[in-house]
Amino acid sequence: MLVESIMTKNIQTLPPDATIAEALQLLQQYHIRHIPITNEKNHVIGIVSDRDIRDASPSVFSKSAVQSELQHELQSIMSQPVITIHPLDFVEEIASIFYEKEFACLPVVSNNELIGIVTEKDMLHTLIQLTGTNVQSSHIELKVPHRPGILPEVTAIFGKHKTNITSVLVYPYHDDPNYKILVFRIQTMNPVPVIEDLRKAGYELLWPNHMAGPTR
Amino acid sequence: MTCNASFVFSDSYLNYHFHSDHPFNQLRVVLAKELLEAVNTLQPSDMIEPRQATDAELELFHDKAYIQAVKQASTGKLPEEKGLEFGLGTEDTPVFTNMHEASSMLVGGSLNAVDAVLEGKSTHSLNLGGGLHHGLKRKASGFCVYNDGAIAIKYLRKKYDVKVLYVDTDAHHGDGVQWAFYEDPNVCTLSIHETGRYLFPGTGNVNERGIKAGHGYSFNLPVDAFTEDESFLQVYESAFEEICAFFKPDIIVTQNGADAHAYDPLTHLCTTMTAYERIPMLAHKMAHEYCNGNWVALGGGGYDMWRAVPRAWAQVWNVMKTGQPQTGKIPDMWLRKWQPQAPVTLPQYWHDEPSIVPEIPRRAEITEKNAKFLLSALKYTKQK
Repeated sequence: MLVESIMTKNIQTLPPDATIAEALQLLQQYHIRHIPITNEKNHVIGIVSDRDIRDASPSVFSKSAVQSELQHELQSIMSQPVITIHPLDFVEEIASIFYEKEFACLPVVSNNELIGIVTEKDMLHTLIQLTGTNVQSSHIELKVPHRPGILPEVTAIFGKHKTNITSVLVYPYHDDPNYKILVFRIQTMNPVPVIEDLRKAGYELLWPNHMAGPTR
Repeated sequence: MTCNASFVFSDSYLNYHFHSDHPFNQLRVVLAKELLEAVNTLQPSDMIEPRQATDAELELFHDKAYIQAVKQASTGKLPEEKGLEFGLGTEDTPVFTNMHEASSMLVGGSLNAVDAVLEGKSTHSLNLGGGLHHGLKRKASGFCVYNDGAIAIKYLRKKYDVKVLYVDTDAHHGDGVQWAFYEDPNVCTLSIHETGRYLFPGTGNVNERGIKAGHGYSFNLPVDAFTEDESFLQVYESAFEEICAFFKPDIIVTQNGADAHAYDPLTHLCTTMTAYERIPMLAHKMAHEYCNGNWVALGGGGYDMWRAVPRAWAQVWNVMKTGQPQTGKIPDMWLRKWQPQAPVTLPQYWHDEPSIVPEIPRRAEITEKNAKFLLSALKYTKQK
């Protein structure tokens, strides 16, 4: 999946000489948490978050409210340089930027111009779709040998039953490199015929697994 | 307490039949009915006939185009591709001859149950052929073609203008009915089901609370797999009582799927007949406390049709009629008739031995988790 398919295109920006007060108003008005700072050519030259602005605002406890702090320009508090991403980047690649850099928002830039942003929330929404839990489905979990051709072998059984697969996930099996866990969500209320065939084919089901009960 | 109750049934319910290997088998209704006749709690004078729901009634919930597709499927004229668009012709809801007629008869049964209660002919009414809670506006789903529960509640709203509390104890989330009234503050839905983390349809999380004016009127208790009687009943009874006090319904509609039983092959809950005795007991009590007795009960899921479903469903009627579940031995007459056809040994008693539930290694954690969901589900009722 590409960044361009999950990015938000409707973006609120401010110039570097806008004030903290203006930024505060924008955050509240649009219920957003990040404002890219752009120049007249729409190049991203900085970014401010709700936290940067909160840190730079006068304390609510200060009686002699130093309102002049709100008149400071954003270029005095913005973060720079800004790490940006490209619309043709893979979603899974940019996930590692979020994780490693602990950013909550990445501007999307094409031909040096700002064209979108991707937030942590967009990433989580994508993850929900990847796991297939947002559509009607039943869950099946298998332990399989880690070798080529295993996935088509297993999915052939679903195909035989004309069962629609809504998502497939592949996990490592604890620390054992000889096995993998396959997780399927399939669109049926009656997975029993599929489960019987999987068992007949010799696969070990981690779910459903009536006899063992819930495992840690 | 002896109440005036009616039992909706016709042999035509058996026409709702996908194929002989399909887990949804309406012979369950016959088995429950004959069990009741064998213990003499069901008399010919209790019976009312279902009728076929009209197109206009089906349209109270379903799309015209979908009803047309079901009609075409009925006569084998629905192209396969078009069928799949409407959820027809899948392994779950295969197409069968006269499926429109058979499905609308189940709906008409629920409508007759509603009329019997609201017109004062009986205080309670039971339609075991209904409870097809997965049916969506323009899609068949999870063995359900037309959603009789959603249609019956739309009908209740339109014809009688009453506030409806819908309580769904099927092991699968009552998604179709929930979505039908997700924006409606006059219809409150409560569904207790196995968590959608593993089980179809996957929805029914505790944070599904309704939207717009209906926010706060959808309640979900997604209990953990392997939940047993005690924890299931604790969340069911607490939620039902508190929601009644909060919502003050004019009528209660219950969906009585019997697939949370430990024997059920499609789910992973571990309840016994203890739960199926107490579920109707509380519905009965709440109906009398809040709704002048108005209670319509529907069937639903239940795929151990020989051992679990007949007893569970018969107890709904026993409670409606006599105020108490039956106890003791299952009549020989019923066992003699059905044992030869059953692939399993039929139960000898109304009650289950506790030993039918295997030892659950994480019972304490499951109970704790369910109790947390209960608190979360009821987060807003205490304030209103």
